[in-house]
Amino acid sequence: MLADVSFWVLGIVAVLSGFAVFRLNSMARVTFALLASFLAVAGLVVLLGLGYLGVVTALMMVIEMVVMAVFMIMYMMNPAGLMPMSMYHNKAGSMAISVGTFAVLAVGILLTDWPVRRGVPAPAQTYQLGLALMGGQMLTMMTLGVTLFATIVATVVLSTGRGRYDRYGDDLAAPRADDPAGGGVG
Amino acid sequence: MDTGDRMALPLWWVPLLPVLLIVVTAGVVAVDEAAAARARGAREGLLGSAVVPLREGARLLVGQRRRTVAADSVLWRIGGATLPVAALLAAAVVPLGSRPVADLTDGVVWFNAMEVLAWAAVWMVGWGANSALSLVGGYRFVAQGLAYELPHMFALITAALAAGSLRVTDIVAAQQDLWFVVIMPVAFVAYLVSAVAMAFWGPFDAAVGRDLAGGAAAELSGVDRLVFAGGRWLLLVVAVAMAVPLFLGGGAGPWLPAWGWVAVKAGALLTSVLWLRRRFPTVRMDRFTEVSWVVLVPLTVAQALVVALVVLGRGM
Repeated sequence: MLADVSFWVLGIVAVLSGFAVFRLNSMARVTFALLASFLAVAGLVVLLGLGYLGVVTALMMVIEMVVMAVFMIMYMMNPAGLMPMSMYHNKAGSMAISVGTFAVLAVGILLTDWPVRRGVPAPAQTYQLGLALMGGQMLTMMTLGVTLFATIVATVVLSTGRGRYDRYGDDLAAPRADDPAGGGVG
Repeated sequence: MDTGDRMALPLWWVPLLPVLLIVVTAGVVAVDEAAAARARGAREGLLGSAVVPLREGARLLVGQRRRTVAADSVLWRIGGATLPVAALLAAAVVPLGSRPVADLTDGVVWFNAMEVLAWAAVWMVGWGANSALSLVGGYRFVAQGLAYELPHMFALITAALAAGSLRVTDIVAAQQDLWFVVIMPVAFVAYLVSAVAMAFWGPFDAAVGRDLAGGAAAELSGVDRLVFAGGRWLLLVVAVAMAVPLFLGGGAGPWLPAWGWVAVKAGALLTSVLWLRRRFPTVRMDRFTEVSWVVLVPLTVAQALVVALVVLGRGM
């Protein structure tokens, strides 16, 4: 009973706030409408019995959306962001794609003949998840992690205007870095 | 979720938790006020300080709410209300003695997820007022949160790693022989520092700093200010109190009951945090973000590595 009510409430919140992304005209509100949609989906994942995945989705999405808010507002045409504007281009196209995708997925879910569950879920699900991700796939995950990290470092190095020679002089011998804004460790 | 209420308190604790937390927080505010009164040489007495939170709360309740031109009131109000709600939800997994209100299997992750809601909250409060100074405050807190979330996460994960479980009561149980503060002092200190920073408190209060005329909270008055300031106090109390089950063995100790030891330990930690705040001026953003990225993150990663080796050595 409680699970049914939660499912419908969370599902409706997820769809409505997802749709609000198209209807609202402030970048900040759009960001948090999207966050509300993600949080409702995280609640649905928890409802499926996947506690760790649900909570971690909520954690990552809150961080991500707040960072998104900063960047979206930074890069848009109207930096103050309080003037009405829509956050998407090609209104008709994007609306058609999203509503269409939703309809296709919903119809697919309703028409599929789902198998009945055999057996019971493992007792320590988080542990099983970790094992599935890291056990047999340890090499893949480690490679992935190092690759992602290298990409981040390379992007920062390529995009920064000032390298170590600007900071520490041509022979890297300056005792303190010459930075436009001083940091806590020099 | 597999709530697995192995050790959860009875259900009637759910409505009791906010009341308890608010009363405790009011007590902390009163003690802080007494210390402030002593520092400025005023003779207020303990009773005089004890009524300060009540008086201040009543004053803000009847005070007029400020309205600003072209404010985004939806985000503004939601942001303010999110702060205390997030603190309460985070408190649900903190053992109040030996048992928490909700003994979630992923308690540590839940706690962190509720804490980061504060980012969204403060940014929304800063944004909503349509005021330049409060917007700057909101952005400051995002930068601060980003810089301090990583050491915070590593400190939390290190405790979970040593216990081999994300459940807070399991982490307490794993400290029966040895408190985690002994085997992971760096994680403990990093946790406390980043917890204070996540509650934008102490020397890390640049987001609501005086140089911004109150920063994110600049345009708040009346009940809005009460909710925001109260939420910030709650967040501080909860975040600091979480250090007790994570690193100080929870309610373990002789003579006193478990809840007594939790109160004593949390009180000692809160006292040191409040002392730190009175002792040090606000740290500048550009300074402390770099300290966090360049010093705290490597230190906490190294700490996690050491603990991981210890766990492996034990053959868990």
